[in-house]
Amino acid sequence: MEVETVGEKVGEVYRVSGPLVVAEGFKARMYDVCKVGEEGLLGEVVGLAGDRLLVQVYEDTSGIKPGDKVEGTGMPLSIDLGPGIMRSIYDGIQRPLPVMKEIAGDFITRGIEADGIDMKAKWEFNPVLKKGDNVKGGEILGTVQETEIIEHKILVPPDVSGTITDLYSGSFTVQDTIGVLDNGTELRLYHRWPVRIPRPYVEKLPPVIPLMTGQRIFDTLFPMAKGGTGAIPGGFGTGKTVTQHQLARWSDSNVIVYVGCGERGNEMTEVLEEFPELLDPKTGKPLMERATLVANTSNMPVAAREASVYTGMTIAEYYRDMGYDVAVQADSTSRWAEAMREMSGRLEEMPGEEGYPAYLASRLAEFYERAGRVKTLGGQIGSVSVVGAVSPPGGDFSEPVTQNTLRIVKVFWALDTKLAARRHFPAINWLQSYSLYAETLAEWFRENVSPEWTELRTWMMEVLQEEANLMEIVMLVGKDALPEVQRILLEVARYIREVYLSQYAYHEVDTYCSTQKQYDMMKAIKELDDIFHKALDAGKTIDEIENVEGREDFARAKFSEDYKPLLDEAVNKIRNALLGGGA
Amino acid sequence: MKEYKTITKVAGPLIFVEKTEPVGFGELVMVTLPDGTVRRGQVLDSAKGMVVVQSFEGTRGIDTSSVVRFTGDIVKLACSKDMLGRILSGSGDPIDGGPKIVPEDRIPVIGAAINPYARTYPREFIQTGISAIDGMNTLIRGQKLPIFSGSGLPHNDIALQIARQAKVLGTGEEFAVIFAAMGITHEEAYQFMKDFERTGALERAVVFLNLANDPAIERLLTPKMALTAAEFLAYEYDLHILVILTDFTNYCEALREMSAAREEVPGRRGYPGYMYTDLATNYERAGRIRGRKGTITQFPVLSMPADDITHPIPDLTGYITEGQIVLSRELHAKGIYPPINVLPSLSRLMKEGIGEGMTRDDHPQWNDQMYAAYAEGVDLRGLVAIVGEEALSEKDRRFLRFADEFERRWLQQDRYEDRTIDQTLDLGWELLSMLPEAELVKIETKFIEKYHPAYRKKGAEAAEEAA
Repeated sequence: MEVETVGEKVGEVYRVSGPLVVAEGFKARMYDVCKVGEEGLLGEVVGLAGDRLLVQVYEDTSGIKPGDKVEGTGMPLSIDLGPGIMRSIYDGIQRPLPVMKEIAGDFITRGIEADGIDMKAKWEFNPVLKKGDNVKGGEILGTVQETEIIEHKILVPPDVSGTITDLYSGSFTVQDTIGVLDNGTELRLYHRWPVRIPRPYVEKLPPVIPLMTGQRIFDTLFPMAKGGTGAIPGGFGTGKTVTQHQLARWSDSNVIVYVGCGERGNEMTEVLEEFPELLDPKTGKPLMERATLVANTSNMPVAAREASVYTGMTIAEYYRDMGYDVAVQADSTSRWAEAMREMSGRLEEMPGEEGYPAYLASRLAEFYERAGRVKTLGGQIGSVSVVGAVSPPGGDFSEPVTQNTLRIVKVFWALDTKLAARRHFPAINWLQSYSLYAETLAEWFRENVSPEWTELRTWMMEVLQEEANLMEIVMLVGKDALPEVQRILLEVARYIREVYLSQYAYHEVDTYCSTQKQYDMMKAIKELDDIFHKALDAGKTIDEIENVEGREDFARAKFSEDYKPLLDEAVNKIRNALLGGGA
Repeated sequence: MKEYKTITKVAGPLIFVEKTEPVGFGELVMVTLPDGTVRRGQVLDSAKGMVVVQSFEGTRGIDTSSVVRFTGDIVKLACSKDMLGRILSGSGDPIDGGPKIVPEDRIPVIGAAINPYARTYPREFIQTGISAIDGMNTLIRGQKLPIFSGSGLPHNDIALQIARQAKVLGTGEEFAVIFAAMGITHEEAYQFMKDFERTGALERAVVFLNLANDPAIERLLTPKMALTAAEFLAYEYDLHILVILTDFTNYCEALREMSAAREEVPGRRGYPGYMYTDLATNYERAGRIRGRKGTITQFPVLSMPADDITHPIPDLTGYITEGQIVLSRELHAKGIYPPINVLPSLSRLMKEGIGEGMTRDDHPQWNDQMYAAYAEGVDLRGLVAIVGEEALSEKDRRFLRFADEFERRWLQQDRYEDRTIDQTLDLGWELLSMLPEAELVKIETKFIEKYHPAYRKKGAEAAEEAA
């Protein structure tokens, strides 16, 4: 993308304070990228004050002194979009970490320059358009097989249009010319896009298709939609990261963008070691074939952490424009907000709540609004779904990042310290969480899984709600004081909690639960409910019901690949024990 | 090198110097007082004609006639293998009366972030000989696992015991210990030193001491010094390093003091908004690097103000470290050592480092069962307080007894008792055998038959008969 530059391009440092450099002697626009010092440390203009520019630098500024050179590039922070993104792992400003390791060794040093995609690799390009075709921005010119799973659609850059005068096929590097338009524009396999500007689309479509995650509590109780937004807040040790990993592994999106924003180094390593090993449930190919990671760990420069979520989002939008369903996992948005707070503090801006800048809410809203299911410029339908982890201090959800996030997102998966302490995982609190997509998606479940789906889901929610009410009474008077019908409800709720909602991420079978299995399990629990009530009518005592033979078989069925016969058998065993054979 | 006598303002630990030539951010600064003593500091903010210096060694005695010299260098630590066995100040100078350390290399203490792509996931079990850690919150080589303590609790004893006993099974490789004291009292430091000397551990240790009466700001440097030494020994000399950092609460207080002096916008409870990032730059200097033999395992100690785990210091720490060992005042009051409350404690790396081939095949399920049974027993204690023990069923009473025995026999051990992992697991099995076998739902039958004392006894009898 060509951008005209303004005025003098080289100036000098006036002041340096941590990641903030004040420069003078040249002009630049807000959010233009600058290079600071001899090493050319990358920075971004975040404020203008008279003749001076406030630059946030993405790298450690030790040794930078007043008078050092500052050079404006005249370009906003942009990333390379083209084949080669899948299977990559980047820092916050799209520098590939393996390349950085090659250049600088095991530790991240300053001033490393690296392209976002390999400029020398050759790709086989198959055009789908031809000479004489009129094209506009976002249209698909042709394809490149990027990985075994992903067919990369080569797009006309969004701001380009014209008539094709030439379009070649064959093997090209991303920088080679693959075609020319009548206005002289050369087409390539890649283009650049500024990360802070959402990529355009024709229109947003309603989110009516669920993003299946294979996690029972999500899919059944609090479903996420393709193109939807969700948040997972929780204190430390409640399983935010494990949940995010599970979503990345099992969600039925075409492309995964995992943004590790200010989190632990070893956690990113775990993802890095694991994703190439894990097989995609649909294709049987390694998950990494359709994933990209943006890893800016907590000890990497804080300004690049701020940029990392935008880098991830821009990559996601790019694949959306090819007509793919993309899932963005951002772990953790709190660290991103803290990076904003830190920069804001250095800029000496008037603080809002808890020192966060007053624009925290609008930045969060802008970010989540980039999600959605859309009709692309090229006429495809694609989506970007975003799930952001939130790390509230002390696990207290009343803090600004959680609250401002909840005002925007439609799905709230509340992690609960108490459940985690009881080792109930995923530690999602079923009373606090919600999904505003449940209504719109009900239609889909009715048509694609079972007409009873919504009914069963509602029933489970009611049982859990009623259980919570009853537990308050139990706390006061003890379980024995409850009428037997209510004790059956407690017992059924226990099955729902311990068998259905509790799911083992590390168990090879239980880690993923298909929609059909979810339905079968729900149905089986409902059947137990009927059996228990009938048994009570038939004169069985509550103790007999609670300790009925077969209850362990029932609980274990989900751990088996071939669960259905085991589940049926367990239900029969329980029925026989309580109601006698053949009932 | 330019010298300046242009100090215009001193505020707390900050020195403002005017009319300077350009000075680099982060540069090391020497301030010479009229009486000749030299104080060190670091450039915090450098603008044309004005520099703000943070003094590591306090500002007492500094006046406007003091001479400020900018060294053009950043803060570095003189590193050498000869550091082992030495006692250094919080800013890296020898204070044991020994000779100066002849540096093999001078390394910036600020440290660089490990490229996540260069890391390798930690998987090796470290046996500390403490049941509560080995059994239920296993420490892994390359992990950062803090102790969340409170004032008056024996966290130092635990740290020392780990330093004495930590080993990786089957390798015979010992740990070198880097001990960094931040603002601890003379008495506590003495306890550490005495123990190091007595057990001969000092030979394999580097000690950095910043005591309670040393300048608070020096504390901001101490962990960075210690971790730089750790990185040097781990990556240049292939040593396995255990870094004990105590007490991070004092470090954070110093950070807050600094932030207040700089008149920054405070975050929660007056701590600066960048405390998370600052702590992370310390804690993240642990781990393993692909292709390098040496490793760095961190054991930071922090005391939770008013035992409040939601206080910003433990809270932010918990978000960065890979788990936490939480000490309990209640257990301590019962006279139990180590008073580790296993319920809120956690080791995130444990799952990859235990089980067959690493500790023992039954370990993961054994752990789930011990945790569940103890949690149940503790829950029941709450109930007993209301309804009395008579109201409990026989089964519940067994759980109650399990929880008591768990604390008295399994948790409780001597400060010099070094239990093997087998002892830890077998003792746990003995306790589990107090419960009805049908209640051991988290353990597969094959492990019950292999390790449950009832079966072992039968097995032993059968073997005897056969003989």
